[in-house]
Amino acid sequence: MTSEAIPVRPVQYLQAQMRWRWSEAAFWLATLLPLVLTPNYLVLASQIAITALFALSLDLILGFSGIVSLGHAAYFGVGAYTAGLLSKWGWGEPLTALVAAAIAAGLFGYVTSFIVARFRHLALIMITLGIGLVLQEAANSAGWLTGGFDGLQGIHTWRIFGRFRFDLYGYTAYGYSLAGLFVIFLIARRLIHSPFGLALRGIRENGLRMPAIGAPVHSHIQTIYTIAAIIAGIAGAMLAETTETVSLEALGFQRSADVLVMLILGGTGRLYGGLIGAVVYMVARDQFSGLNPQYWYFWIGLLLIAVVTLLPNGILGGLAHLARRLKVAS
Amino acid sequence: MPPVFGVLFDGFAYGMLLFLMSVGLSVTLGMMNFVNLAHCSFAMLGGYVAITLMNAFGWPFLATLPVAFIAAAAASVVLERIFFRRFYNASDLDQCLLTIGIVFVSIAAAAYIYGTDQQPMQLPPYLRGSIAFMGLDLAVYRLFLIATALLITIALVVMVEATRFGAQVRAAVNNQRMARGLGINVDGLFAITFALGSGLAGLGGALAIAMLGLDPQFALTYLIYVLIVVSVGGLGSIFGSFAAAMLLGFSDMAGKYYVPAIGAFLIYLVMIVLLMWRPSGLFGRR
Amino acid sequence: MSANALATHGLNKNFGSLVVASDIELVLPQGVRYALIGPNGAGKTTLINMMTGMLQPDAGRIVLGDDDITALPPEQRVRLGLVRTFQINALFPHLTALESVTLAVCERRKVARTWWRQLTAYGDEIDEAYDILSALTLAPVCHRPTRELAYGQQRLVEIALALATRPKVLLLDEPAAGVPREESRDLFAAIAGLSRDITVLFIEHDMDLVFRFASRVIVMVGGRVLVEGAPAEIAADPRVRAVYLGKTRHEAVS
Repeated sequence: MTSEAIPVRPVQYLQAQMRWRWSEAAFWLATLLPLVLTPNYLVLASQIAITALFALSLDLILGFSGIVSLGHAAYFGVGAYTAGLLSKWGWGEPLTALVAAAIAAGLFGYVTSFIVARFRHLALIMITLGIGLVLQEAANSAGWLTGGFDGLQGIHTWRIFGRFRFDLYGYTAYGYSLAGLFVIFLIARRLIHSPFGLALRGIRENGLRMPAIGAPVHSHIQTIYTIAAIIAGIAGAMLAETTETVSLEALGFQRSADVLVMLILGGTGRLYGGLIGAVVYMVARDQFSGLNPQYWYFWIGLLLIAVVTLLPNGILGGLAHLARRLKVAS
Repeated sequence: MPPVFGVLFDGFAYGMLLFLMSVGLSVTLGMMNFVNLAHCSFAMLGGYVAITLMNAFGWPFLATLPVAFIAAAAASVVLERIFFRRFYNASDLDQCLLTIGIVFVSIAAAAYIYGTDQQPMQLPPYLRGSIAFMGLDLAVYRLFLIATALLITIALVVMVEATRFGAQVRAAVNNQRMARGLGINVDGLFAITFALGSGLAGLGGALAIAMLGLDPQFALTYLIYVLIVVSVGGLGSIFGSFAAAMLLGFSDMAGKYYVPAIGAFLIYLVMIVLLMWRPSGLFGRR
Repeated sequence: MSANALATHGLNKNFGSLVVASDIELVLPQGVRYALIGPNGAGKTTLINMMTGMLQPDAGRIVLGDDDITALPPEQRVRLGLVRTFQINALFPHLTALESVTLAVCERRKVARTWWRQLTAYGDEIDEAYDILSALTLAPVCHRPTRELAYGQQRLVEIALALATRPKVLLLDEPAAGVPREESRDLFAAIAGLSRDITVLFIEHDMDLVFRFASRVIVMVGGRVLVEGAPAEIAADPRVRAVYLGKTRHEAVS
């Protein structure tokens, strides 16, 4: 079925595609609900918001650029430890700590991006895995710095703007994490709709064709990898600040694997996939927290198999597919 | 003899074990490009089958080995038919996720059936103890391990280099399209190779109990080592797997003996550097 | 200023004992249409891979205009004007035709790095992409994902991508391969419509295309250049006939 000549200019057509949808507005309004409906769960909610931000950073490199990373928690952990150490050494101001974490994680991301950009397939998977494991081992060995297995002690986060205190109720924590998530989401959304975002999708769609149209693929990958590392670092710092703890699991393989599962569950390459996946995964984990961890991983395993075989584009992909079928049927 | 030879001996034994557990994955990855992260689940299955036969049914250790091989091979055939063959053309990520899901399920199943503790195991008396040789105490079991693994390696090499089956495998690994064009039934070949490789992993798992122990986390713990062997050795290269397994076995033992504080850090760093130098592995296709 | 668009000197490439390129010496003057023919496995695509930098030769030089490009990576050769299309479509399946070509235009104009401005602010680039697609009769389907297009239309997108980079030398690897007769009319028109400023080298098995569009023909066999000349000379050359003996009448040099 071919369509007739498009009456509008192509630019206008593209503009219409990039507009904010009502479903997006509904989603963000819904994120305010926990403040009103479930105030007992605000601590969990802030954890979800932080994890969602982390998942968003992974989506940028995995969903949009096609870089399979099994070690993304490395940058989350660098951010967490940066903020934690700053606080431990006497500087607990949260916003400047975010900046410091962003710089530290970004630097580490930039350096490792030189390696990551040059490999594909199994070598890339192994290298990202290796980077994460090397950092994990190093952090474990450097107990004098990281507190080793017990983690950092003595973190105390100051008030935001001198007014908002991080307390047990979690209002500040959730407001803070949600605000951070939203602001960075806006930046990420803008990036996706930019020419650079288009180039990233080109790399994902056909990495071999890109040099053939003159694209500097390595340079593009290094840029997005660094940006993703910065965002992951900010998420890690937020975790350190809101929970006032940092331990080795912040940069462990478990965290890298979990965020990957969340992103796949929600659907890659859709910006909201990581967010949805984080919500579903962490709410489920909280509900089943009494369960023996062995059994939890049984169901996660089954879920992975189910998603890959039945719902290859995750929840959002499945919903989009359903929406298309309904539109055709009507 | 200085203790370094003791370390070399242990490293050699460990390396042979890693080789048995890795060679199947290397060949199937090289042939079909199918990332099977569940490979060590087959090793684990072999281990648990052997343990069950010994502890619950009183079988002698040596008799459990071929059963471990067959059980793992059979399980792999079933999984290949049901799941894997639909994903040969899927993305790397999808294959990783599918097989990781299977690993998680297998770990949970093992924990459910056997509990999370290390499995107790009694070696038959003729495999216990050690032999004094030139000032070293060489564990009898490790000698047995090395001998068995060497025999299997020789059999593998003979099969690959001297039989028609082996020639077909080499052709399919080298250039799948051309092999099909020559009339080779690549799919059938792959199914057999996959079963063989998984069976070897199962055998490796059974042999590993007395040296590395067996618990439900086995499938993940040793997956990392197997992946290092496969990626560093080069996909589809038996010799590469052997070399990489030896390298890893020696380095790990030497590291644990001489610099225990560093731990696995060095192994991962060396892997990254080697992969950067040769992304297709030391002996992989260019 | 060199009058030659592209030249290769002494290109050699072996895969172990398999010689895929042996002492390839080619000089393509500007604006000429070349056809590169030869049996399967003669090394034609390998030659293009070496020219574009996707494969490193064991020995030899490649010169584009006045520049020695032998050491340059593929994307820099594209920036200097050496562009290729692929025998098997190498497209962006989930990007629309318009997005794909716009991407190529943005990369050419070096605006693909900007991540803080919206794509829709780049109206010129989008319009240029749309114009290229219109000239190739793809305007009605430009907003459909590439994988939903008919094969012949996809082949045209393949060419559109190459044109978006404003090539000086265009290497077409079997542009008509796999295109059914009904759809090849637009494709042939597109190739005929290529500007005379562009030097074109195309690999083809379809002798119709060769005789219609090429002013010179190069014959490669077994990694070597067998002979080069005008189409009529090549058609009459007994060595070329010997190479093609046994082929179908459609493909045989008549």
